[in-house]
Amino acid sequence: MTRLEMEGVRAFYGQALALDEVSLSAGRGEVVALLGRNGAGKSTTLKAVMGLVRVGAGRIAFDGADLGALPSHRRARLGIGYVPEERRIFTDLTVAENLEVGRQPARPGAPTWTEARIWALFPPLEALRRRPGGRLSGGEQQMLAVARTLMGNPGLLLLDEPSEGIAPILVAAMADAVLALKAEGLTILLSEQNLRFAARVADRAYVLSQGRVAATGTMGALLSDQAAIGRHLSTGP
Amino acid sequence: MDSLIGTLRLLAEEPSFAVAQALTGLAGASSLFLVSAGLTIVFGVTRVVNFAHGSFFMVGAYVAVSAITLVGFWPGMLVAALAVGALGVAVEVGILRRIYRAPELFQLLATFGLVLVIQDATLWLWGPEDRMGPRAPGLRGAVDVLGQPVPLYDLFLIAVGPLVLALLWLVFRRTRWGVLVRAATADREMTAALGVDQKRLFTGVFALGALLAGLGGALQVPREAANLHMDLNVIAEAFVVVVVGGMGSIVGAYLAAVLIGVVHAFGVLLFPKLTLVLVFLIMAAVLVVRPAGLLGEAPVPAGGGHGTGEPPLRPASPLLKLAGAALLVLLALLPLATEGYALVLMVDVLALALFAASLHFLMGVGGMISFGHAAYFGIGAYGAALAAKYLAAPMELALAFAPLAAAVAGLAFGWLCGRASGVYLAMLSLAFAQIAWSVAVQWLEVTGGDNGILGLWPSPWAAGPGAYYYLTLGLTTAGLLAIRWLAHTPFGQSLRAGRDSPRRAEALGMSVGARQWAAVAVAGAFAGLAGGLFAYAKGSVFPSFLAISRSVDGLVMVLLGGVQSLTGPIVGAIAYIGLADQLVRGVEYWRLVLGATIILLAVAFRGGLAGIAIRRAGAP
Amino acid sequence: MTLLAVDDVAKAFGAVAAVAGVSLSVAAGERVALIGPNGAGKTTCFNIINGQLRPDRGRVAFDGRDVTGWRPRALARRGVGRTFQISQTFPSLTVRENVQMAMAAHGGRGAAIGRPLRRLDPAGADAVLERVGLRADGDRGAGALAYGDAKRLELAMVLAQSPTLLLMDEPTAGMAADERHQLMDLVSRLAREEGIGLLFTEHDMDVVFGHADRIVVLDRGRVIAAGDPAAVRADETVRRVYLGLDDA
Repeated sequence: MTRLEMEGVRAFYGQALALDEVSLSAGRGEVVALLGRNGAGKSTTLKAVMGLVRVGAGRIAFDGADLGALPSHRRARLGIGYVPEERRIFTDLTVAENLEVGRQPARPGAPTWTEARIWALFPPLEALRRRPGGRLSGGEQQMLAVARTLMGNPGLLLLDEPSEGIAPILVAAMADAVLALKAEGLTILLSEQNLRFAARVADRAYVLSQGRVAATGTMGALLSDQAAIGRHLSTGP
Repeated sequence: MDSLIGTLRLLAEEPSFAVAQALTGLAGASSLFLVSAGLTIVFGVTRVVNFAHGSFFMVGAYVAVSAITLVGFWPGMLVAALAVGALGVAVEVGILRRIYRAPELFQLLATFGLVLVIQDATLWLWGPEDRMGPRAPGLRGAVDVLGQPVPLYDLFLIAVGPLVLALLWLVFRRTRWGVLVRAATADREMTAALGVDQKRLFTGVFALGALLAGLGGALQVPREAANLHMDLNVIAEAFVVVVVGGMGSIVGAYLAAVLIGVVHAFGVLLFPKLTLVLVFLIMAAVLVVRPAGLLGEAPVPAGGGHGTGEPPLRPASPLLKLAGAALLVLLALLPLATEGYALVLMVDVLALALFAASLHFLMGVGGMISFGHAAYFGIGAYGAALAAKYLAAPMELALAFAPLAAAVAGLAFGWLCGRASGVYLAMLSLAFAQIAWSVAVQWLEVTGGDNGILGLWPSPWAAGPGAYYYLTLGLTTAGLLAIRWLAHTPFGQSLRAGRDSPRRAEALGMSVGARQWAAVAVAGAFAGLAGGLFAYAKGSVFPSFLAISRSVDGLVMVLLGGVQSLTGPIVGAIAYIGLADQLVRGVEYWRLVLGATIILLAVAFRGGLAGIAIRRAGAP
Repeated sequence: MTLLAVDDVAKAFGAVAAVAGVSLSVAAGERVALIGPNGAGKTTCFNIINGQLRPDRGRVAFDGRDVTGWRPRALARRGVGRTFQISQTFPSLTVRENVQMAMAAHGGRGAAIGRPLRRLDPAGADAVLERVGLRADGDRGAGALAYGDAKRLELAMVLAQSPTLLLMDEPTAGMAADERHQLMDLVSRLAREEGIGLLFTEHDMDVVFGHADRIVVLDRGRVIAAGDPAAVRADETVRRVYLGLDDA
């Protein structure tokens, strides 16, 4: 069953065209990776789904319903969760308060999260319950950012560069967490520059280049296509 | 001087006297804190500076006076606070919600219009007399503190401040709603992406802010009669408190309110005429040491960039030049057609056109919002009058003194607020103007207070109505052409450039701050010249020359003519005096009409401007 | 001749060391690219060089003079020009006036009131616009320019000040592929013809490898490789850290 569907989406930053006719889909319980260099349009794709950038043309549907010009808080209440690249933790709020901001009522068809379940998924956070978000390490902030969004009981999780800027050992923990969420039936769309991380968690991937989908396929097939990797992900000519 | 030394000696010899005075200051600080806390909470979340916040304070006081007679003292306090909270909801839903995405200037203007509307609504409901409330039951007496009598109610007020601070702390730390407000204050977009409905949150925050202001007003009733000046007096002080405490910091607001309250209490003893000046100096001192206020964080500098500018300035078209020349000839011929009232009226129009043009130079060219431009107009007028009165200066010299005095005031204000921009500048400019006004009212010995300074006569050669008209026409025309010329020169264009993209300007080696500082002085000088001409036209100066309403006149003239056009202020002045001044001021409740018009302009104009911006952003 | 010499600069934000001892240099006429993964310290390093940040330690020298901690406008007056990732122009001025403004500031007449800005050496301004291909657009409002044209206008403004060093932050971000190479060809030609030193950050590897004489690769606040494009492309550390290709 298709959970997310994008068709011919164009999006702008100011006057610069950031997405040019992007189409993609993600099914229930599927992990889909967006690959590509910086500036290729990965983050913008996620923001377009969340309603955070101006979409000039095209259609984005969640569980079959067109999201149209719905404001982002309504999208969140439909069950779309977003974890930004910069994490955007509320630095003055404690870990528990950050989770509180994300909390929403239980939703049929999506797993329900409590603080206790969050501690089970990210054990290091429990001891930091009363600590302000601004005094966490990068990896802890990343966990908190994901946990905060989970408290909204999403059916679709948008993860922008979940492995970026965190210690290697935490990258592995983050990959485990993503796989655990997948096992619960969540749909996950994530952007990644780290091919190894994407290879570990994703079922399928779209390669973006200059705002367009340049290639798509299963993760395995893409990895074996050295030419595509060379063209879109590495040093070029 | 003798009295100052006497007071100092008294304070030194009688520490108990100083303690009692400090307690009075603390009592006054509580109300100020309630108003400022509301202002800062609302700004934190909505990013709107609500000029009408002082009006909520005033309404709270009036409602309390009435409610107490109906339901008793303490229930009356509660009723007042809740009623003002409800008024806040109506204002947020009815007006503010429509302008959250509008440019800052239009947000400020809309709430400013609200100030005028509420002022006349209060006048209509309660009448022009001050309304004294009863004293608090059970708190009527005084207690002895170190031998000095201190009113019990003052001690109660002293306790209210920390109590409300503690309650607010609990709300923001211990309730889900409070946590959401703090989250939205830090990052509105992220909070929305987590499913929080901002509309409802904003309404709630605004209601809380209004409720606090209303409560502050109600609590003031036993100390001070409810009156129609409360709104602007308290908002000017609240702006100072919020800026000194640091925008968005509630604890900072409390500290600043205490500081200002105590300074006020001692200032009344030491410099009874200049208490507000003292307050402004304290603010200056704090801002020099901590530009973001006691507990504030530095404001994020404006972005700038590409694609959001105004149309470029073009040289006057032959048609415009022709029209200008024709208008000038027509104006020059006017005295041949009439001798009477029309000439007197035209002198007003010309002086105010120059005033509006100087404000336009500051806002439209320099990008600096001023809600206190009348300060320069008034300082020019008073400068000329004082020069004539104390230096026996002839008109020619006094008129030269007018722009000079205003430019010096501009330099001083620009230095104090050099690092401020946007809403900070708007707030500080209003506070500055209010302080200049209070000096004119309070410093009887020098300014004559409300009686003003009379007997300003033009030199004999310019004494006839026709001659003075020509003098005004000549100086105004020269001033308007000079302002227009300046806008086109590298100086004026670099102001527009610095406004468009401060980072680009700095990267090209230009100092944006120094230019803006100069621009404040230049705009001040032209406003001061207008004030001087106006003063000699009237033969007298009064505090109303630098009242807030005069600043509003300027803003409306600029708005009517259009912020983006250099010819706008002239057209605006003619339209404003012709229509508004003659028609609207004939109506009893002209403020209400004017305020409603401003709100309408701000809400409707926004559609137009935003529309232009969107069309541009959408272009390939 | 060494134009820019950055010696062991470091900058920490709180406990995070964004730049932990970086040294690099740019010679006159040389094009140097500064690359690295997100969070490697490129932006911090760039902002230390252009004067927006003061380093915790280390030294930045330009033209033999210590300019550590100088403000952007002081650097500009010494001959350091810069462009921004999101181009910064003056949209309320005409295209020609944008260049004239830059010329006025360069000549110390940026706040003059003697005559209108538009009469200030229009021919000279047009000559600069000619070099970036915007001569025909001189009378248009700069706000009406397309994105790529705005980037070229920004370059024209910088060139109008005859800089000896040019700092470009992501010069081709947000541009279409053919536009990218046009812009960089133009910049390369100017660097060669006028001996301007160029330091730029860039994500597009085609642009980097096509237009840099030398490449400096940052990771976690340190230089992990530096050299000509061929050497950097062959560097194992670079391939592993920057390109995430260790198991591909």
